[in-house]
Amino acid sequence: MHEDQVNDLMRTLAPQVLGVLVRRGADFGGAEDAVQEALIEAVRHWPDSPPDDPKAWLLRVAGRKLIDAQRSEAARRRREERVGDEPPPGPTEQADDTLLLLSRCCHPALSPASAIALTLRAVGGLTTAQIARAFLVPEATMAQRISRAKRTISGERFDTPGDVRAVLHVLYLIFNEGFTGEISLADEAIRLTRQLVAAEAAEPLRMDPEIAGLLALMLLHHARRAARYTASGELVPLDQQDRSLWDTSMIAEGVAVLQGALARDRLGEYQAQAAIAALHDDAPTADETDWPQILEWYDELTRLTDSPVVALNRAVAVGQVDGPRAGLAALADVDPSLSRWDAVAAHLYERADDVPRAIEHYLTAADRASSKAELTHLIKQAARLRARA
Amino acid sequence: MAKYLLLKHYRRSGPAPVPGTDAPMDEWTPEEITAHIDYMRRFAEKLTERGEFVSESALLPEGTFVRYDGEGRPPVTDGPFAETKDLIAGFMIIDVESQERAYEAAAELSAAPGQGGRPIYEWLEVRPFLTESLTTAE
Repeated sequence: MHEDQVNDLMRTLAPQVLGVLVRRGADFGGAEDAVQEALIEAVRHWPDSPPDDPKAWLLRVAGRKLIDAQRSEAARRRREERVGDEPPPGPTEQADDTLLLLSRCCHPALSPASAIALTLRAVGGLTTAQIARAFLVPEATMAQRISRAKRTISGERFDTPGDVRAVLHVLYLIFNEGFTGEISLADEAIRLTRQLVAAEAAEPLRMDPEIAGLLALMLLHHARRAARYTASGELVPLDQQDRSLWDTSMIAEGVAVLQGALARDRLGEYQAQAAIAALHDDAPTADETDWPQILEWYDELTRLTDSPVVALNRAVAVGQVDGPRAGLAALADVDPSLSRWDAVAAHLYERADDVPRAIEHYLTAADRASSKAELTHLIKQAARLRARA
Repeated sequence: MAKYLLLKHYRRSGPAPVPGTDAPMDEWTPEEITAHIDYMRRFAEKLTERGEFVSESALLPEGTFVRYDGEGRPPVTDGPFAETKDLIAGFMIIDVESQERAYEAAAELSAAPGQGGRPIYEWLEVRPFLTESLTTAE
């Protein structure tokens, strides 16, 4: 077996094996360590003698490591051997395990950063070094973040999956981390959400259409990734993007997933946001965007959530449908402490031909930018208006 | 998570020092200096354990200004300037859950023991980072 094949296989199988052990009642931290040790053995043996059933092989070795660890721990604490703690054999459907593992990693007792790190490590199968590089922190710091997370949830033995909405929130946060280098966290988030969709499909009764809604939202946004930044990393706003760079097959998939979710008639935030993204993706040019329908979806979203960010984006839609003055009136009701408030105000004033106010708000927005790309973009907007004035 | 830079200044252009805490380190006892260094090391270790440590370094007080001077010409230098009003003595970069947590960490760093084992009450400047990542949301 080739080394790359071994790595790919291990990355797919590791979370599955971990899921089986955890569901059989093993402590999460101990099970994770056991799987890591089994992977080391696999790297050593598989290239020369590949197993017939790699998953069964890993499960057997990891199970043995878990018992070894429990034995030595028991000896160390001078307690009775806990051979009786060997995980009982149980069914191994992978679908259920994915949700179980994800809900463990996204446990509400964890901070978002801890849940993200643990999810990428234990379910995503990324190495600690890869996660550390993606978040631009030293490996030792990330290793600690992960082991603290494991300690926080260790001892919580529960055999039924937790709140799926908490899982969706963490996956959405991972998606929005974007990419900084070798690992695209957006791609990781999509991969994990796909697994969750597959897991839920096995149990239609418990199925929450928001899972498919989130996958659709991710696909419909990610389809525009090639058009969103210039080669030098400058931000390209939606209305100026080269739409021929959009990934049409990803858009088609996103629309199909969304339609499937909406058909179940249990609307939620992710589905509504995906519907808005789909309307943008559907327009051949920016001018042909169906803003009235987008505004209707924002009204729907406002009924679903009191999120001030939704209110802010709704003001943009109002500006497109009823004109910039109406947009500014809607904006007046939105909390101005939101970081993108000034950027929206600047855009609306520009469209209302109030250039001095637009410049002023672009500059205030630049002071409040959270990323370098956003900062450069906002300063350029102010510079563009000044050059015109 | 967000990254913050904790800046240690040699000479503050910022707020005035808390009275009774401005004795330079060379007036401390050697034991007081050791206790101070120990505290700083433990603080960095504690941040690593919490999954919050990114980087730290101390800087020499002397700095030189350098600039480009045209094609084929060597860089122009100016200085060194040892007596400017405000100098950066060192920095620490942390990656934390909230601004509140960044302030809490800075306050803990500022509580490092000084003369007589009393906290130095040093002012630290806390600066948020702009993010580097190309985000997916619009």
